[in-house]
Amino acid sequence: MLDVKNIHKAYAGFKLDGISFRVENGDYFVILGPSGAGKTLVLEILAGLILPEDGQILLDGHDITDDRIQSRPMGLVFQDLAVFPHMSVRDNIAFPLKIKRTERREVEQRVEEQAELLEIRHLLGRRPHSLSGGELQRVALARTLVRNPRYLLLDEPLASLDISLKQGLRSLLKKINQSGQTIIHVTHDYEEALVLATKVAVMHSGRIMQMGPADKVFHHPGSEFTARFTGIRNYFPARLYREQERQYAELENGMVLRVITDEPEGQGFVLLRGEDVFISLDNLPTSATNHFKGTIIDVSPYPSGFEIMVDIGFQVCARITRESLQSLSLRSGRKVWISFKAASVRFVRV
Amino acid sequence: MRFQPFQLFLILLSGLVLLFIIGPLVGMFVSTSPADVFESSKDPEVQRSIGLTLWVSMAATLVFALGGIPLAYLLARKDFLLKRLVLGIIDLPIVIPHSAAGIAVLGFVSRDSYLGQLGSLIGLDFVGAPAGIALAMAFVSIPFLVNSARDGFLAVPVRLEQAALNLGASPFRVFFTISLPLAWRNVVSGLILMFARGMSEFGAVVIVAYHPMITPVLIWERFGAFGLSYARPVAVIFIAVSLVFFILLRMLSRPRKDA
Repeated sequence: MLDVKNIHKAYAGFKLDGISFRVENGDYFVILGPSGAGKTLVLEILAGLILPEDGQILLDGHDITDDRIQSRPMGLVFQDLAVFPHMSVRDNIAFPLKIKRTERREVEQRVEEQAELLEIRHLLGRRPHSLSGGELQRVALARTLVRNPRYLLLDEPLASLDISLKQGLRSLLKKINQSGQTIIHVTHDYEEALVLATKVAVMHSGRIMQMGPADKVFHHPGSEFTARFTGIRNYFPARLYREQERQYAELENGMVLRVITDEPEGQGFVLLRGEDVFISLDNLPTSATNHFKGTIIDVSPYPSGFEIMVDIGFQVCARITRESLQSLSLRSGRKVWISFKAASVRFVRV
Repeated sequence: MRFQPFQLFLILLSGLVLLFIIGPLVGMFVSTSPADVFESSKDPEVQRSIGLTLWVSMAATLVFALGGIPLAYLLARKDFLLKRLVLGIIDLPIVIPHSAAGIAVLGFVSRDSYLGQLGSLIGLDFVGAPAGIALAMAFVSIPFLVNSARDGFLAVPVRLEQAALNLGASPFRVFFTISLPLAWRNVVSGLILMFARGMSEFGAVVIVAYHPMITPVLIWERFGAFGLSYARPVAVIFIAVSLVFFILLRMLSRPRKDA
């Protein structure tokens, strides 16, 4: 268990102002925040590259705040990857093993295994300058994982990849986490957090604004900043499938939504912006393909209007203006219809 | 191909400078008869002096590299009080007259000095000895190594060193597996520069050790005692040997294609 307590640090224009969090074994802990929030600084302090001015880092109760970089059980994959340009892919991955004077045959075996796991065996003989961004990413990951770090620290690992590569790496990271590896992942992209995290800490200007299990943070943002930054209020685990050229997402409660997406079939999340949800009093014929009847369970003000929570078997949040609220006289307990276009539903594959 | 007036202007002036360097050297080669060169090359005194110059300069370079390369790394990586002063001190040997440098080194190693006394305890003589020549050479040439190696280390991203530390390497290990290999080209080119500058040194060496004679001193002595035509063949031989050495070293230090 990793306990970070009240870290303070001002460094190169960034400032951490009392950062505290706890990471349990097996967590996929995502630190989510806009650029400039100080997320990278948190990772660098955990890895020991930078020492905090105040605060403590406890590993199973032992204070490791001032430990040397090379003796911490933290495997950091830098945003710029830092793959050694003068070594082959094989030597890059073998680097941490050779340092520990591992026997040569074991080095070879573990390098092969790790490369196999990350699907880069065919690259072992290559030099880094001849690799693509996605390949370098996997090399950096393999090199870090091969030494079995207790904590895998990832700094914006998906930021520089294009969409098709993102999906592959996302499922790889999920798989690595599910095999028991504790991961601390820093990102500005709430979709990443949504899809990967078991726990989320939302960070802003050097402070943690909200922290907790991912679905709690996303469904119940505790501040306006969190609400705006976490963006989408409606997201649900779902399974994508095709039937007669059409795509459907089946939610966990068995309800089915029409969606339009390029993602492959399988498990993932559906995302729906509150602004894209229509509320009507009757089942009106529209071009939208998703229609559900439900009951309003909450009406709450929101900076640019109102958020209406509607229970249609699951809770959907709709964002509407004051005018609409008044003209439809919406209030808790009222039966309404909601509708949204299949094209408004985003599906993100895990 | 048409040249703009400005380009012509650049080419003309550049050509003049190149000619100024090549002209005297070619002139010297042309006006020296092959027979004289052949004769001089058989002269044991000439042979001995060239051998001495080469190995003493080589030894001075290698010995001082042991401290010079770490110093270069320190200057590239750490910020400390009075760093600018230290950088200035390193360049000092380049700007002071070399005869003055020789006087300074002589005072430092003479038999009355601490270092001289320390040396004589273990039977090491500096004045009029290879060790003294090496010190004089190193004094005037070490800035070339330190500055070139420092440029090399500066070009190595700190990120790579941090990554290596994070992967469990000790700072020693990081230096030898990451920093030094990546800065290698600059380090080697600094070594070559230092070696070259050392073996061509005259002013500082002649004050510390007239004998045993390194080739620059021998050339000067022959010129003083016998005149231009006696000094020239030795100069030609020494320049030729130097050229062969530098071309060889440059080729050896050329990076492999895939690096």
